[in-house]
Amino acid sequence: MTRRWSWFNITSVVVGFTFLYLPIVLLVIFSFNESRLVTVWAGFSTKWYGELFQNQSILDAAWVTIRVALISASVATVLGTLAAVALVRFPRFRGRTMFTGMVYAPLVMPEVITGLSLLLLFVAINFARGFWTVTLAHITFSLCFVAVVVQSRLVSFDKSLEEAAQDLGCPPFQAFMKVTLPVILPAVISGWMLAFTLSLDDLVIASFTSGPGATTLPMKIYSQVRLGVTPEINAVCTILIAIVTTGVLIATILNKRRAMQHKHT
Amino acid sequence: MPSLGSIRRSFEPWNDPAAKPYISFKNVTKRFGDFVAVDNLSLDVYEREFFSLLGPSGCGKTTLLRMLAGFEEPTEGEIFLDGQSLKGVPPHKRPVNMMFQSYALFPHMSVADNIAFGLKQDGMEKGARDERVAQMLKLVKLEEFAKRRPDQLSGGQRQRVALARAVAKRPKLLLLDEPLGALDKKLREETQFELMDLQQQLGLTFMIVTHDQEEAMTMSDRIAVMDKGIIAQIGTPAEIYEAPNSRYVADFIGSVNILEGAVVSSDDAHVTIKGGDGEIVGALRGSKAPADGKTAWFAIRPEKMQVSRSRPENVDNALEGEVWDIAYLGDMTIINVKLDSGNVVQASMINRSRLVEDPIGYDERIWLSFTADSGLVLEG
Amino acid sequence: MMRAISNRLVIIIPYLWLLFFFLLPFLIVLRIALSDLEYGAPPYTPQFSLADGWNVIWEKVGQLDFENFGFLASDSLYINSYLSSLQIAFFSTILTLLVGFPLAYGMARAPSGVRPTLLMLVILPFWTSFLIRVYAWIGILKQEGLLNQLLLWLGVIDTPLEILSTNKAVYIGIVYSYLPFMVLPIYSTLEKMDESLVEAARDLGCTRIGAFWKVTARLAVPGILAGCLLVFIPAVGEFVIPDLLGGSSTLMIGKTLWIEFFNNSDWTVASAIAIVLLIVLVVPIVWFQNAQARAAEAGR
Repeated sequence: MTRRWSWFNITSVVVGFTFLYLPIVLLVIFSFNESRLVTVWAGFSTKWYGELFQNQSILDAAWVTIRVALISASVATVLGTLAAVALVRFPRFRGRTMFTGMVYAPLVMPEVITGLSLLLLFVAINFARGFWTVTLAHITFSLCFVAVVVQSRLVSFDKSLEEAAQDLGCPPFQAFMKVTLPVILPAVISGWMLAFTLSLDDLVIASFTSGPGATTLPMKIYSQVRLGVTPEINAVCTILIAIVTTGVLIATILNKRRAMQHKHT
Repeated sequence: MPSLGSIRRSFEPWNDPAAKPYISFKNVTKRFGDFVAVDNLSLDVYEREFFSLLGPSGCGKTTLLRMLAGFEEPTEGEIFLDGQSLKGVPPHKRPVNMMFQSYALFPHMSVADNIAFGLKQDGMEKGARDERVAQMLKLVKLEEFAKRRPDQLSGGQRQRVALARAVAKRPKLLLLDEPLGALDKKLREETQFELMDLQQQLGLTFMIVTHDQEEAMTMSDRIAVMDKGIIAQIGTPAEIYEAPNSRYVADFIGSVNILEGAVVSSDDAHVTIKGGDGEIVGALRGSKAPADGKTAWFAIRPEKMQVSRSRPENVDNALEGEVWDIAYLGDMTIINVKLDSGNVVQASMINRSRLVEDPIGYDERIWLSFTADSGLVLEG
Repeated sequence: MMRAISNRLVIIIPYLWLLFFFLLPFLIVLRIALSDLEYGAPPYTPQFSLADGWNVIWEKVGQLDFENFGFLASDSLYINSYLSSLQIAFFSTILTLLVGFPLAYGMARAPSGVRPTLLMLVILPFWTSFLIRVYAWIGILKQEGLLNQLLLWLGVIDTPLEILSTNKAVYIGIVYSYLPFMVLPIYSTLEKMDESLVEAARDLGCTRIGAFWKVTARLAVPGILAGCLLVFIPAVGEFVIPDLLGGSSTLMIGKTLWIEFFNNSDWTVASAIAIVLLIVLVVPIVWFQNAQARAAEAGR
């Protein structure tokens, strides 16, 4: 099917992407600004990066954030995959409607509601707020995103592959692990990456559910921003952007390489 | 002693009273909610048979196959394999292997690994496994493709891998779900004979599900024609073709002309009915003739009719009509003839001569004649 | 037997998790919304404790009331916050649609080799921090910010525009941050569309624009709907954007809730706000759930 790209199409795509990327580009540029302002260019300097690495509180926050993101992404991926399997493979079970509702709701639920409700839960069961409460909160809302990603892949997965495995002697659980999981693995990994990013980025829920000693990077950035915009914050942001961009690019290249391999004779 | 068709059969365990069936469906019913997919069906299949389940979509044939494989459990009734009940036995414990319609090749494994999968499950040692895989590759003529992945193969090659994988474990029973559906015509014809050879070589029992009657007729020892969850008729291809038990079966296989009439008289072997085209004498199916006056149908295949320009002498049956439509197919010609009653019948002629002096043309009046044994009188 | 248990486990494990960490908290929010404010930790009363007998518990239940909800209804601040949030979210959604649809449409019509790259480019900002992207706009929209600098330099305006700390900045912020949520569902719907349908329409007499409206736009409706709901519902309760880009006159319910909770330490009113917000959003949320469930069924 040939698609013809009209001038209107090209313009709207270019304008759209410029709109999307310009603020980010400007932010990165001004992280290298000589002066303290983020609006007037005064020359190139990397001093803000130097200052950043001296800033212990930011480094601590970054460490907390990474640990929370790693743990919550991994647990969320397992739970989310289970939820996706439950939704796709079991068309009838008691309470399915409620289950479906609980899985899809966090996708659109305003974060203030999720954050408040989780905090109130922790208070009610007398669970001290800190590292683990943030992690549990992140697991809860990101498992839903993982479930959606894995579910959409699972739905288009050819069930006869699993049946063939069973037919050839594999018990059902093994058939899932040996055949289904390897085939849907890219979706599961996407789910993990999504959960990781959501956790890394979250401000509102972390603010509600965190505690002393467990300040996350977004919380730190936010509190700094309230005091005023400085290039040091731009520097932190630029580093985060660089890490994420590299990650996505690597993932894309790996994907392309795997696709190329399959074409080889 | 006249027989049906022109081939003599030597393999007929279903006619042997001492033979015990290998697969047995006993009063099996399968319901999905309100929908009855299989309705109180009983069937016996013998060892080393090439058996086909034939029918349109929704007739229940695939459900039957899946119950045998273990992916569905019968709502009522029981299935026996080699004397053992299969009730509650999960698919991975059944000595049955299936070749799926979509082939279901594992995309993340090579051809060799696909074939070895079932053997690994059985705990076969690497050496023996590799040998068996090599054997299978040789059997399906895919030796150089061992390391390839499924997405690097053509449709026909994938089909052969699926077959090799299914027979690798030497199952006594092999189930095939529309095995030739995705292949083009030429490949299909070749593969049909390959499958038959394979079955003979390996001494396996094959059960095939198909909607393609030509496929079923070519390959099977026996065919079960299914209709809405029940078996309409079981028989050899010749029995199904030349002695259908109902209009449904007659119509399902090949082309057939059906003329309605009321029974006028009958004897041991023939029945005469009278309809819009006068009296027609047909063969009696079974031993008991229908009562006089009852509605019956005369069924005759197009190739059994003789076409001539003038009424032939000394024939049992003759119909006159106008040539309505001609289809020239190369090896034969099909003529649709509109009889004076308004019924349209189809006659086919093999083009035996390359050069024909005066071929039949449109709108000509011609005669169709046939013997009393050329067609059947059916009651249903 | 084992098979049945392990099957059930697949459902039970995530089910229990969600029941405990998702559903239960909502019930707690409701209960607190019905409580009274108290000093102390936690700052609400009555407190239930396991040591209480049934009589005491029943008495405490009697102390729950709808006072907080009455308070919300009486103070115009809250009513205005809700209405303002709905209004801002609604118009932002429309703006996002106006920006996002041409982008998604252009992407869907791109040559197939280019499309994966374009898709990646749309998703990439989504991976970078939401907070960072909103923050970036501060530098642009400030009085001395880059936008004003550009416009002054071009001579389009004489005095700097005041955009930051107004509702206008909030609109820009929401459109910018939620754009990928609008583009992706529309793109994925358009991408699957059969081009020959448009050709058939033109063959039967439609002009190019006519074919677009009658065929393409109609077929894109599920994607448009999903995109709009994915933007509208979270936007109503949005906090970060109105806080960083909006002014003190920008009333959004997410911000109001935050202030009530963190600044005023009034957990009870904050909970009541959350409950009312949930009720307001119930209809669109259920709409979204149904659309998702239907899409999942269709994919089977």
